[in-house]
Amino acid sequence: MSLIELKQVTKDYQMGEITVNALKDIEITIDEQSFVSFVGPSGSGKTTLLNLIGCLDKPSSGEVFVTGTAVNSFSNKEAARFRGQHLGFIFQNFNLLSVLTVYENVEYPLIMVQNIPSNKRRDKIIHYLEAVGMVDQKDKYPSQLSGGQKQRVAVARALVTDPKIVLADEPTANLDHASAYKVIDLMRKMQHEFKTTFIFSTHDPKIVKEAEIIYNLEDGKIIDKDIVNS
Amino acid sequence: MKNIFKIAIRNLLRYKRRTLMTSLLIIIGIVMVIVFSGVSISFKNMMIGSITDSMLGHLQIHTKGYVSSIDNLPLHLNINEKGIKQLNNVFEKHNDVIEAYSYRIKFGAMLSNFQETTNIRLTAVHPEMENAACPRLVDRIKGDIQNPGTFIEQGKIIIPENLAKGLKLKAGDEVVLVANNKDGSVNGLSLEVSNVIEGLLGPSGRDGFLHIDDAKTLLRISGDEINEVSIRLKNPDDLVGDNKLLSDELSQFKNKQGMPVFEIHTWADLSPFSTIAAIVDLLIITVKIILISIVLISILNVMMMSVYERVSEIGTISAIGTLPSKILWLFIAEGFLLGIISTIIGNIIGVMALFIINISNIHFSFGRMKNILLETSIAPSDLITVSLIVILISVLSSLQPALKASKMQPVDALRHV
Repeated sequence: MSLIELKQVTKDYQMGEITVNALKDIEITIDEQSFVSFVGPSGSGKTTLLNLIGCLDKPSSGEVFVTGTAVNSFSNKEAARFRGQHLGFIFQNFNLLSVLTVYENVEYPLIMVQNIPSNKRRDKIIHYLEAVGMVDQKDKYPSQLSGGQKQRVAVARALVTDPKIVLADEPTANLDHASAYKVIDLMRKMQHEFKTTFIFSTHDPKIVKEAEIIYNLEDGKIIDKDIVNS
Repeated sequence: MKNIFKIAIRNLLRYKRRTLMTSLLIIIGIVMVIVFSGVSISFKNMMIGSITDSMLGHLQIHTKGYVSSIDNLPLHLNINEKGIKQLNNVFEKHNDVIEAYSYRIKFGAMLSNFQETTNIRLTAVHPEMENAACPRLVDRIKGDIQNPGTFIEQGKIIIPENLAKGLKLKAGDEVVLVANNKDGSVNGLSLEVSNVIEGLLGPSGRDGFLHIDDAKTLLRISGDEINEVSIRLKNPDDLVGDNKLLSDELSQFKNKQGMPVFEIHTWADLSPFSTIAAIVDLLIITVKIILISIVLISILNVMMMSVYERVSEIGTISAIGTLPSKILWLFIAEGFLLGIISTIIGNIIGVMALFIINISNIHFSFGRMKNILLETSIAPSDLITVSLIVILISVLSSLQPALKASKMQPVDALRHV
């Protein structure tokens, strides 16, 4: 069975009196341990697609299956619980909690989402901070970090709950090219090391080449699927 | 829960100035309530104490119907020997609640200094009983009282200050009292002025004191007869309960027509100051309502701003799996902490303010009473009540913004710039 499956998924938004067809008849299957990229211009539906897979939104029609579970009909609480158990997120603007240190940001999902007791948390947090190369900065606050460093912390936070899938919406958009490549490299490394599926969206053609599977989107439709780096 | 509070504290400290201003507003409100309550309650209790300890007692018993005619000081509604025995039995039975009682004969008379004559209201007492029931009565009597238990002797009279001034009387002067007894016949009695008594709340009092035996002579009463009993309770805080207890006890005594023989009243029923006391209580409640409003509005305002500023953050924590209930608790914890920290500081400053007032030896005058020392106090139960109110309102006013945050759709919140 595929890790992610979308069947005839459409998503429409109401913007005042206008109905926007963000996604039209999407059919996707994504296997485990994949490194997938959604590419396309702004407004092509990349973020909407990620939101549906990430249980942050519901399709107008069609079915979405994540880890074999139909996620269409989740309540808010069920969706939040599912996300905490199976998904990790990396955001374009890093979205670290500014009042928490690097260590505490990575610790946050273990306390607030998975309720892991303190004696089991520390080793895990240090392990992931070491993996992303941020263990020396663990006591710093996000305001004291560069963009690339923040995104590395975000990667650690996304991975610390051992999710099957990490979703990254334009993770390199606010980074310079050098940092952007480093982050994508890191994600690739994490994919191999922790057997996690990474799905990220981008409109940067240089970054997209790093993906194994590339879905091209345009006007809410998948116009192309490339298998690049297996 | 510890981590929720940790994050809540960090978020409060994130906007230090705003948190400080809100907290300060709440602290000022709490200090206002504590100081106002401390001063008002102390003043009220002091006045009530003066009234009960030097004049009325906590409770009074009369023959049924006496109080409605009290301005006339009727003598046909006296309590006879049988009634006094019945009352004695009741008082003995309930000596766990009654500290002391005083038998009185109250009547009106004409007072003459052989040149001028005026009317006077007199309370005839056993001095020892009266001093036990109203121990601060002697504080109002000018001159040196060697033994409060014998503050009035037979053959002597204590006259009110304004009458003494009007008739130019002083201690040692001879006066004549002329009074009607209950049968309507007139009698006179010469007495020596022993002391002058100050009015409790101003110079308008025309109340004097004499020994009960002199009153019986003047009014031609043979045997034991009184028309008022003043009762001092062991615990004045149980006034209402003790009043009911004694009222139920007295209700067993009925006349030939089957009607109750006695009536009992509290000091509040008999003194117009009870209205002022009620107004003081109402003012204290008003100040508390103002405090509640301050807390409600300021915390609601801060929490709404906090939610609005952190929409994106709410979207993030929701996206990574934080349950709506935990998001709710995160924001309620902030309001709760703001309330409880402000409460603790406000209580400390409020109590310190009362302490400073007390050690400053501030004096004030009220009516006829001059140079009264302002002594404030506040019961721990009042502090706890105010604290609980503030904390409860802090939580309640955080509820709406917290619910709003917990119900946010992460996809909408993440789009927020």
